[in-house]
Amino acid sequence: MIVEIGHYALTLALALALVQATVPLWGAARGDESLAGVATNCALGQFALIALSFGALVQAHLASDFSVLNVAENSHSAVPTIYKISGTWGNHEGSMLLWVLILAFFGALVAAMGRGLPAMLRANVLAVQALISTAFLAFILLTSNPFERLVPAPFEGRDLNPVLQDLGLAIHPPLLYLGYVGFSIVFSFAVAALIEGRIDAAWARFVRPFALVAWGFLTLGIAMGSYWAYYTLGWGGFWFWDPVENASLMPWLAGTAFVHSVAVMEKRDALKVWTIFLAILAFSFSLLGTFLVRSGVLTSVHAFASDPRRGVFILAILALFIGGSLALFAWRAQLLKQGGIFAPVSREGALVLNNLLLTTTCAGVFVGTLYPLALEQLTGEKITVGAPFFNMTCGAVLLALCFVMPFGQSLAWKRGDLLGVAQRLAVAGAAGLCAWAGLIAVKRGGPVLAPLAAGLAVYIVLGSASEIVARVWRPGLPASAALARARGLPLSAWGSALAHIGVGVTLLGLAATGFGSETIAAMRVGAPQTVGPYEVTIDAVSERPGPNYSEVVAKASIRSAGALVASIEPAKRSFAARQTSTTQAGIATLNFGQLYVSIGEQGADGAVAARLYWKPLVTFIWLGACLMALGGALSLADRRLRFGVPARARRGLPSQPAAAR
Amino acid sequence: MTRRGRRLTMIGVALGVVGVAAAIALYALSDNIVFFYSPSEIVKKDIAPGARLRVGGLVKEGTLVKSAGQRAAFAITDSAEEIRVSYEGLLPDLFREGQGVVAEGVLEAPGQFRAETVLAKHDERYMPREVVDALKKQGRWQEGAAKP
Repeated sequence: MIVEIGHYALTLALALALVQATVPLWGAARGDESLAGVATNCALGQFALIALSFGALVQAHLASDFSVLNVAENSHSAVPTIYKISGTWGNHEGSMLLWVLILAFFGALVAAMGRGLPAMLRANVLAVQALISTAFLAFILLTSNPFERLVPAPFEGRDLNPVLQDLGLAIHPPLLYLGYVGFSIVFSFAVAALIEGRIDAAWARFVRPFALVAWGFLTLGIAMGSYWAYYTLGWGGFWFWDPVENASLMPWLAGTAFVHSVAVMEKRDALKVWTIFLAILAFSFSLLGTFLVRSGVLTSVHAFASDPRRGVFILAILALFIGGSLALFAWRAQLLKQGGIFAPVSREGALVLNNLLLTTTCAGVFVGTLYPLALEQLTGEKITVGAPFFNMTCGAVLLALCFVMPFGQSLAWKRGDLLGVAQRLAVAGAAGLCAWAGLIAVKRGGPVLAPLAAGLAVYIVLGSASEIVARVWRPGLPASAALARARGLPLSAWGSALAHIGVGVTLLGLAATGFGSETIAAMRVGAPQTVGPYEVTIDAVSERPGPNYSEVVAKASIRSAGALVASIEPAKRSFAARQTSTTQAGIATLNFGQLYVSIGEQGADGAVAARLYWKPLVTFIWLGACLMALGGALSLADRRLRFGVPARARRGLPSQPAAAR
Repeated sequence: MTRRGRRLTMIGVALGVVGVAAAIALYALSDNIVFFYSPSEIVKKDIAPGARLRVGGLVKEGTLVKSAGQRAAFAITDSAEEIRVSYEGLLPDLFREGQGVVAEGVLEAPGQFRAETVLAKHDERYMPREVVDALKKQGRWQEGAAKP
């Protein structure tokens, strides 16, 4: 019964989305406020209905209702509760439902918080959002219905894919989707601006918070996915340049460019057409990613059972939205009044360079990801473009970007003083050079690129911090005055500094991988094995039952110079329901580095095959991403940028309605 | 600087960056492409030893031999031709005889392949797509039937 309610709610949501996609558009075109106002309630109602539908599916999974095909194929009564819930989106149908849930969530957010938006802009934004919703709801209902019944119902489910029975599944997809799909709002704003043929700094102020939210979540989602792959795949890699990863990296690069260019638009009323283009680009890449992952054109952990009808459907959606928005762009872009042109050496000039480098990287990733697909379609040749291609193209451009980043942050708007900035960055630059030279001297004959990247990372961290220091403190200023200045500094300045420091921290983590060590060994119980500065000893190997699996656990201790520093339990799990096994790596975090052990089969002589890695500072890779997202959140909290503030200020209302009452 | 001069500077920088990036990309692309072949294609196309490539097919039953030092040897077959593969390292969790596999590495001699990475399928629901295509070519795969 609950399942049918869920199905029905989803159908109702489609009907409501159709209303929301048409009526407000018509209302806005005729200037009819009451027709345009329909959008708000539709958006809220649509979100409620999809949430109800999603709740019904979660309930079916929780109750292990195997009369539902989706549950029978992807769940098992013995699976722990947390994986029953996360298993809801651990399959194609459920993950698409999560996709539209988040789409509707962002629409509802605009409806609920966008009272300060001009009524017509809001109507158009919500209409475009509903158009996307309509397409994807139709896709779910026509090709991937999660509520399909199975008659007769089996007694037991086929179990969730063991690789997905992990906390990562509960965190990674929702975070990633909040980012991926969050760019839909930015897209809707851009298309609405094109429909109205008008765009100004206020538009940028409305969009920026949404862009920051989406960007922050996408950053966290990608980092979480990378960490999940790192600890679950058992060989310590954290980025594979897999097409599916690239599919999430492309919107991130375009979105990062957007977050920067929208700042120029807000402050200087320039780069309007370019910003609109980036907004379209970012969401187009999100759609492209959805296509690559969900259509089954690629083989990956993310491609669930594929069905050719789905691929064609998503391709049609892709063509409609990307083609439609670009056509609209070509037709209407010249209506948008061009802003002023500006000096090349200035904050805005630097941001243009940032955009140029980011979009170039994005183009590189795009070529490397789609070239094999295109070639296969054209000639039938199957190729893969390997990691070296991406490391070379993206690495070169991104390192250049890293080098100019602190300059851009320190340059003033309108007319910058390059020499002055260089002087201010001299300390950071010197520290970076010292780190580079020092590492080369210490690790003679080691990797070439790693010391360079480490030096660059030191320079970025110090350079980004020095901008804040320069604004807060100068020699002779008492500490209290400096503190007062620090408090007076806008949060967005802290935010961008923190995000840039995060880039440096991530780069440092990446550079440090060059100094790690790894061994593959057949380890006997009690015999120590050296890896990096540590010694690992397997103390005992035993069998242990779990809720829906059994595992072979190797209890191992890690010693440094004879003293015990940590113990880990790498294991190999076998799942009876699917007759598959997974590797559970044993990981100990020591001084931000990680000792990583994954075990294979136990040989006849009792020796356990194991891979051991020592990865110094590896956690910096993900901590840096967290800093970036935190920087985004700080910018978001900036009072001047808070949503609706400009509108309230314009109307002369106090900024806190509660106080006025 | 005049308005025109500024615009030209911008365009110049943009063209420079894009040009350099395109050059790097083309150079990297010419060097880092790995072709995928089935064992039959390797025989048919007479691929020269030393080439870096990916081979896909089924692990032939009864050919897997594990020896000391994490070395493993097995044969990949598409049921028409087969190729011997040697590999050093831990095999993936889902690696089994009779299952689909993709190996990347270097062709050492005709019929002898040294793998650097070995990928097995991710779960029992599907095969690596390349393997399915390779088997289809040999007529050993019926759509929908025996989805392993």
